[in-house]
Amino acid sequence: MAAPMIELSGVSKIYGGARAVDDLSLTIAAGAFVALVGGSGSGKTTSLKMINGLVRPDAGEVRLDGAPIGVVEPHMLRRGIGYVFQEVGLFPHLTVAENIAITPKLQGSPPPERAARALELLDLVGLPRDFASRRPAALSGGQRQRVGVARALAARPRVMLMDEPFGALDPITRDALGSEYRRLHQDLGLTTVMVTHDMTEAVLLADAIVVLADGRLRAQGTPAELARSEDPAVRALIETPRRQADRVRRRLDGEADAA
Amino acid sequence: MNPRLAAAFRLLPSYLGQHVLLSAAALTLGLVISLPLAVAASRGARLRWAVLTVAGAVQTIPSLALLALFYPLLLALSAVAKSLFGAGFSALGFLPSLLALALYSMLPILRNTVAGLTGVDAAIVEAARGVGMTDRQRLMQVELPLAAPVIMAGVRTAAVWTIGAATLSTPVGQTSLGDYIFSGLQTEDWVLVLFGCAAAAGLALVVDQLLGLIEAGTARRDLRRIGLGAAGLIVGVLIAVAPLVSIGSAPAPVVIGAKNFSEQYILADLMAERLKAAGYSVSQKDDLGSAVAYQAVASGEIDAYVDYSGTLWANVLKRADNPPRAVLLAQLTQALNKRNGVVLQGALGFENAYALAMRRDRAQALGIRTLDDLARHAPDLTLGSDLEFLSRPEWTALQSAYGLKFKAERRFQPTFMYKAVTGGDVDVISAFSSDGRIAADDLVVLTDPRQAIPPYDAVILVSAKRARDSRFVAALRPLVGAIPVETMRAANLSVDRDRNKLAPAQAADALAARIGLR
Repeated sequence: MAAPMIELSGVSKIYGGARAVDDLSLTIAAGAFVALVGGSGSGKTTSLKMINGLVRPDAGEVRLDGAPIGVVEPHMLRRGIGYVFQEVGLFPHLTVAENIAITPKLQGSPPPERAARALELLDLVGLPRDFASRRPAALSGGQRQRVGVARALAARPRVMLMDEPFGALDPITRDALGSEYRRLHQDLGLTTVMVTHDMTEAVLLADAIVVLADGRLRAQGTPAELARSEDPAVRALIETPRRQADRVRRRLDGEADAA
Repeated sequence: MNPRLAAAFRLLPSYLGQHVLLSAAALTLGLVISLPLAVAASRGARLRWAVLTVAGAVQTIPSLALLALFYPLLLALSAVAKSLFGAGFSALGFLPSLLALALYSMLPILRNTVAGLTGVDAAIVEAARGVGMTDRQRLMQVELPLAAPVIMAGVRTAAVWTIGAATLSTPVGQTSLGDYIFSGLQTEDWVLVLFGCAAAAGLALVVDQLLGLIEAGTARRDLRRIGLGAAGLIVGVLIAVAPLVSIGSAPAPVVIGAKNFSEQYILADLMAERLKAAGYSVSQKDDLGSAVAYQAVASGEIDAYVDYSGTLWANVLKRADNPPRAVLLAQLTQALNKRNGVVLQGALGFENAYALAMRRDRAQALGIRTLDDLARHAPDLTLGSDLEFLSRPEWTALQSAYGLKFKAERRFQPTFMYKAVTGGDVDVISAFSSDGRIAADDLVVLTDPRQAIPPYDAVILVSAKRARDSRFVAALRPLVGAIPVETMRAANLSVDRDRNKLAPAQAADALAARIGLR
């Protein structure tokens, strides 16, 4: 196993008396693609945000590439970590190119380099170069999330954190963007942690799946390992795509729906 | 052109320049304070509540009262500064106006800035943090640009309020477009009132349009519009303020004060003309409140003005006794000099006393000739007074001497007080004995057999500093004892009458000719 890129040791987060994350320990290897799954309120988004310091743990420690994340200023930490989330959050007053190159700009990269980098990234995420001067408002949802991914990648991070990144997209776009991102993950040698509630997405994209429940680690392993879990709830969860696929196939074939 | 309109136009560069300078300075100060405060308030709910509540409370203070309140406050601060650093500052004019208007401009800016900043989409704020912005970068690069149209809308509101409220800075001694309105109101010169309103409204409209251009520019992210609007504002302010710069480079002028009625305007103009003839550069501060005027001469902010012996006796010396005219004048002269170094240069020769007056037909019908007669009918009658009479010691003295108790008491601007008695809205008014309108409106002055009202000789007061300037004193000396009451009444009427009316400066000219000083 490769050296750990991300380590959470005994982290907890309490919101108004309730433990959103409860003594969670987790190790993610460099180059891994990990899906964080679980019901709503299971603590998956909170866990993700503790990795780039958007949420500060009340207890425990988070390490990145061997060093506690607290050793650098939070904003410096985040410049080195790509972050993509469902609402995208493109800056409406900036052009697509300016949005993409925002982190290089914060790092002091000169304008010509930033412009060149923005074009490279448009190529990388499969958007035409003439989008560079457009405003976010002129883009479709899928195009916006491609820009969101490009923005997260602009400063050449080694780690990508994604919070239901494709959740708001139509199924075809979601599928296409998911597999394209998986390829980018591979090509760029990224370590990716993706929160999703879509088990199909988790099974199709991730090398490993982490199941959270009530802020605690319920299970972790490859999709195949989890399918053989002793825990019936975990097994049921991981089997969801297969069950759904079976039902879908039967309905498409015109058979009666047994469920 | 109508000579009164021409006179109004001649004053426009100075009035407009002062108005623009005051409004621009107040708005800038308001912005400089409000923006950081709003940013801080947008970060914390508790501070936000406190800031908006206080700003809202300030807004409920009538703007005229807010302006008036800054005068005693600054006077006290100035006294403190004087004792600490050996130098005070002027508590009149620009400073209180600036502070009050800046305070007044803050609410719309605060409210809109807070709304604009807190209204930024949470996803965009999260993205700004996610890409690695510091709090400051997030504010400057994301939140402020996105909130800019809302903030600018607040600035527009503040600008229009400020320009409007700046007309109210006249009574604390700051020249503004309000000088037209206040003087016009006092002399029933509606042309002048309209002129002042139109000028202030026009200014507000132009500024609103230019700020609107900037607002549209920030909303559409159109730098050309923003630049055009900003350039328009800067050039406009520079052009408006330019005439003041040439005025400012002249040697420091002497300042003649006036309270807010026709007789005061005429006498101030008369003194100003004499001083100009003696080679002084003169500026005038009109429409000062009664107490403000004395404080101003005591502190040397104005060099001279005309006041009335009985007023000073009661209001400044807080005396309730009522000695004979000559005794009062002598004691007053001594007391004022001892108190503030103010020199009472002499009496002009007429009295302007408070006098209760009625329409002649009404007085005859009721058989009222004296205040004793009046006291018997008072419970069925309504008293109209000017704005201050009912709060003055003279009124207390009258009440206790005659047992006066009216059915109702109503306050008016002096102009409207006369209208009210002739129109029958009130039965008795607190008239001024030198007012030409007493004869013109066919009013009778009720006699005061118990001598409850003190004498009111019009007197020239000169500040301690200027009293040592013999050329100054010599220029005003010919006025002492030179103006009989009939002459003053005629001059007052020429300004107050509806037809064929004169501007105070014209009346002052005529008065000078009449008493042989021209």
